Amino acid sequence: MSITYLEAIREAQAKLLRDDKRVFIYGQDVGGSFGGAFKATKGLAKEFPGRVLNTPISEDAMVGTAIGAALEGMRPIVEMQFADFSSIALNQILNNAGTHYWRTNIPVPITVRLPSGGTKGSGPFHSQSMESLYAHYPGLIVMTPATVEDAYTMLIDAVAIDDPVVYCEHKYLYYHLKADNLPNDRMAVGKARIARTGRDLTIVSYSAMLHESLSAAEEIAKEGFEIEVVDLRTVKPLDTATVLASVARTGRLLAVGESFPWGGVTAEVIARVSTEGFHLLDAAPARVNAKDTPIPYHPNLWSTHRPSAKLIATKARQLLRE
Amino acid sequence: MLTFVAGKAAGDGRLAACAPQISFGATRRLRITGVKRENFLRSRPDVGYNRPMLQTARPKKKSQPKAPVHEKYIEAFRWILLTRTFEEKLASMYRGGRITGGVYVGKGQEAVSVACGIFLQKGDIFAPLIRDQAGRSAFGEPLVDVARTYFGSRTGPMRGRDGNIHRGSPRDGQLAMISHLGAMVSVVVGSLMAKRGRGEKNFIGLTTIGEGGMQTGASHEGMNIAAVEHVPLVVVATNNHYAYSTPNDREFACANLVDRARGYGFEGYELDGTDLAQCLDVIGTAVKRARAGRPPQLVVASILRLAGHGEHDDFSYVTDDIRKEPFAIDCLQRADAFIKERELADAGTLQRWREEAAEEVENAFSAAQKEPVPTGEEEDWCAISTRDLVDAIE
Repeated sequence: MSITYLEAIREAQAKLLRDDKRVFIYGQDVGGSFGGAFKATKGLAKEFPGRVLNTPISEDAMVGTAIGAALEGMRPIVEMQFADFSSIALNQILNNAGTHYWRTNIPVPITVRLPSGGTKGSGPFHSQSMESLYAHYPGLIVMTPATVEDAYTMLIDAVAIDDPVVYCEHKYLYYHLKADNLPNDRMAVGKARIARTGRDLTIVSYSAMLHESLSAAEEIAKEGFEIEVVDLRTVKPLDTATVLASVARTGRLLAVGESFPWGGVTAEVIARVSTEGFHLLDAAPARVNAKDTPIPYHPNLWSTHRPSAKLIATKARQLLRE
Repeated sequence: MLTFVAGKAAGDGRLAACAPQISFGATRRLRITGVKRENFLRSRPDVGYNRPMLQTARPKKKSQPKAPVHEKYIEAFRWILLTRTFEEKLASMYRGGRITGGVYVGKGQEAVSVACGIFLQKGDIFAPLIRDQAGRSAFGEPLVDVARTYFGSRTGPMRGRDGNIHRGSPRDGQLAMISHLGAMVSVVVGSLMAKRGRGEKNFIGLTTIGEGGMQTGASHEGMNIAAVEHVPLVVVATNNHYAYSTPNDREFACANLVDRARGYGFEGYELDGTDLAQCLDVIGTAVKRARAGRPPQLVVASILRLAGHGEHDDFSYVTDDIRKEPFAIDCLQRADAFIKERELADAGTLQRWREEAAEEVENAFSAAQKEPVPTGEEEDWCAISTRDLVDAIE
């Protein structure tokens, strides 16, 4: 048997609904026989009547409702149809859920699922990666699973966590990524994983960019360089210790992310390594991000806008020469 | 002829008699929104605000029979008195430089607000906004917690992390508002869904909003989703005729805000917010109907804010014309006059109530003032409860 990243997300939700009466799923088109725009909730409404609920096109109210239910002891999962539309719910996520524990000492255990990242032909409003934005604000955990196993276990962890979690699932990985089985073990939340060991350069990445980074590493391996690739798994908290330990081994750092370049996860990784591990660096750290324009529609433009294995390899070679 | 939603002849206490007997059949006395209103001026550019959405009750002719007084009238009056006394003291402390940040009072809105809190029971959810001290107190918020929050006391519910009206006690059903208007509507909806899901009975949620806050997207989404989920929610909207300094004619262009009730699938009422009896009748009835499983309820009250947006605001934008409108009457003075007219309390009793209110206010402030304030060094700078997931940023 093989299971895709998307199926793992569905299976995690089925397990959560089965094991925990407090869990319900709230989002546009998630219910009925439809099961979501990407079918991440397919069949769940039938299996769990009254607990997988369609909502109006009201992102703000979807999250507001989840917050209210969470305060009354529920564990809601909100599905945004696309991460991009969560901008409508920013106020509820950042200002209401994100401030609540700090202000009142009562945490808000909601999970907001964001189908994130670019796919061919999706254009400016169905392609965004918003993890940097959410990570910027206090009070939230931001997950960016890059593997089928993490997609499954981290969603289960997200719902168990008492604080609000923004769970960024990558649409490009939905069908592309397969595993043989659902995992039995899990890695602790907040810990980064060494996805590939190496000695010459550290690439720090997450989500779909992990796979582009791994391809770039394989390419460069043919030239005799061994690149270590770190999968952050959660971008907040950011596992600085694992990143620093890797840079201590390699002396070089390249941070790769799909979100826009100004600020963000890659900037944060470089800032932390530069301030806490400057002495470990043999060369100036570098980063690769999407371009500082809206995300284009045409595949020719999109594949240039988005960081590719080729671009990552080019940047890595430059760093290795320094 | 008056166009009260509460009935053509409604005045002080008119509905008190019939409120307990409200039926949901054809004989119900409260107008459900959607009745076409004639002769309504949409806006008058020469005035700068929309004409009042309803006419305030004129003094009744002596020959009219006096309706019984609402059973909660005196209790409500005393909450209003306490609130006014507290907020006057608060404003004076602000002017004396003893309060940091802003002070936001509900002067003129207390009758509406107290009616929002006074009918709520344990197990209900209340999401008040900035001018709801009377309602918060009536629903059980200790006055000392208000003083603590203004002083930023470490002992208070917000522990100096948030101030003034941004406070609450969610475990007691009083949600802690955020400043973004309309955001709390859907939060109440979610809490009510959870209660229903658990099999709780006989609970409701009540949230307040202003005519300003009604123009946000969050408010619209929240009210719509409330009706879709058919939760027992009452939304009490107070039109105080200004969103900060902006008059009604730059806030909305619909003939009457209560007409939105029909658009959302709510039942709607309007009322004269200067008249405590009517506030108790209409809001009490809306609460009762929500509890009975009717669709969500929208009450639109009309008043004039008799203070600035906050105490930093001299409200010079309030025109002389609007100050003469019937809705500009002070609800406390009106209730005071009503008590005297109906001989519900003698002068000595009224004086005693004032003194007791002053004493309670004094006690609250002096207790809060003695408490420690937070310090930056000792603060627990942690925004999440899951300690092992705190981001270790330098």
